[in-house]
Amino acid sequence: MLSPAEWEVIGLSLRVSLVAMAATLPLAYALAWLLARRRFPGKVLLDALVHLPLVIPPVVTGWLLLLAFGRNGPVGALLDRAFGLSLAFHWTGAALAAGVMALPLMVRAMRLSIEAVDRRLVAAARTLGASRWRAFRTITLPLSLPGILAGLVLGFARSVGEFGATITFAANIPGETRTLPLAIYTLLQTPGGEAAVTRLALIAVLLSLAALMASEWLVRRAAGRQAHVV
Amino acid sequence: MSFDLALTYRAGEREREVTIATPARILAVTGPSGAGKTSLLDCLAGLRRPLAGRAAIGSRAIFDAGAGIDLPPEGRRAGYVFQDMRLFPHLTVRRNLAYGVPGGRRAPALPADWPGFGEVARLLDLGPLLDRRPATLSGGEARRVAIGRAILSRPAFLLLDEPLASLDPARAERTMAMIERIVARVTVPAVLVSHEEREVERLAGAVLPLA
Repeated sequence: MLSPAEWEVIGLSLRVSLVAMAATLPLAYALAWLLARRRFPGKVLLDALVHLPLVIPPVVTGWLLLLAFGRNGPVGALLDRAFGLSLAFHWTGAALAAGVMALPLMVRAMRLSIEAVDRRLVAAARTLGASRWRAFRTITLPLSLPGILAGLVLGFARSVGEFGATITFAANIPGETRTLPLAIYTLLQTPGGEAAVTRLALIAVLLSLAALMASEWLVRRAAGRQAHVV
Repeated sequence: MSFDLALTYRAGEREREVTIATPARILAVTGPSGAGKTSLLDCLAGLRRPLAGRAAIGSRAIFDAGAGIDLPPEGRRAGYVFQDMRLFPHLTVRRNLAYGVPGGRRAPALPADWPGFGEVARLLDLGPLLDRRPATLSGGEARRVAIGRAILSRPAFLLLDEPLASLDPARAERTMAMIERIVARVTVPAVLVSHEEREVERLAGAVLPLA
């Protein structure tokens, strides 16, 4: 039903999005925790910075990534020298763009769920001999799990759909950075590509729906396990 | 001295001062709501920082503004039975009870005859509750679990914040009898916050009235 090239596009999209999620998850949760639980100078600025990719044009985000992570950018040059790693025009660059674009959605979902964890429970854990770290690990983290899952799925859906920042920063290289949306866009420019567009569009919709339903199921299961009263 | 307290702390909008030194093992704190009773317990547990002063319980300094002593909550080892219980909603009763049980390399030295899991469960009649979730417990049951959890953490002292609040008379009497048995069994200092004169008279060796 699908051509090898189309399978390649789907495989690449999944790889880019999964790697983006795995790499972004710890950062997103740490930021969510900081914004939910801590007061520090520059908090408003950090909050704004995290949300930036949500409000500025994705093309601009891609361009900023190019400035920072391109071969001549400060971070890009450093990575190149230290690890021989180049992100621009590479599938890892597509993952970076997807992760950056997904970050605000992930932080928002996780922050809400951390704020919903009763701090009095954390205090109780401390009086029972738990260090800050153990109280976090055994109370805050498991109780905010539904938000982590929701954030991951939202972020994954956003990653699979990422277009503007990816094409700007990682370009549209077949087999390397041509993810689902880029492939659909390319096919739309090609005479006779309509059938393939339909197939890939359908796949994109199915992927997002599957992610959404998986998250609903996971969140419901987590909520059922920890029905919250006392 | 079981208790040697000289603390200034903030409770709501007001500043409070508390001074008491007593050898009594059980100290009752009484007073109308809003008098700062729970805030005082929070100060002793290390959950709230007093403005000034010092506090020693069982001749161990837990706070001394002058000497720069302010033990973190996990270092104070208060067996705090909160008025709102604060059972962990994602853990079974059994795992709630086990949460504070000392273990591992850094466990503090323990009195040899401290009651273990089985004895505490029996004293508080927790057997039938062990596999349930906190959300399914009645108020009285949750209270008993909270008391058991505090005792099993082998605390250096107990803080009981209105342990009979919101229990009907029959349950209150039963819970009271259990608390009596428990505090007779473990020989650590205890602070009891209570409205009930009868409860105070039955248990406490000294009374600290807050206005």
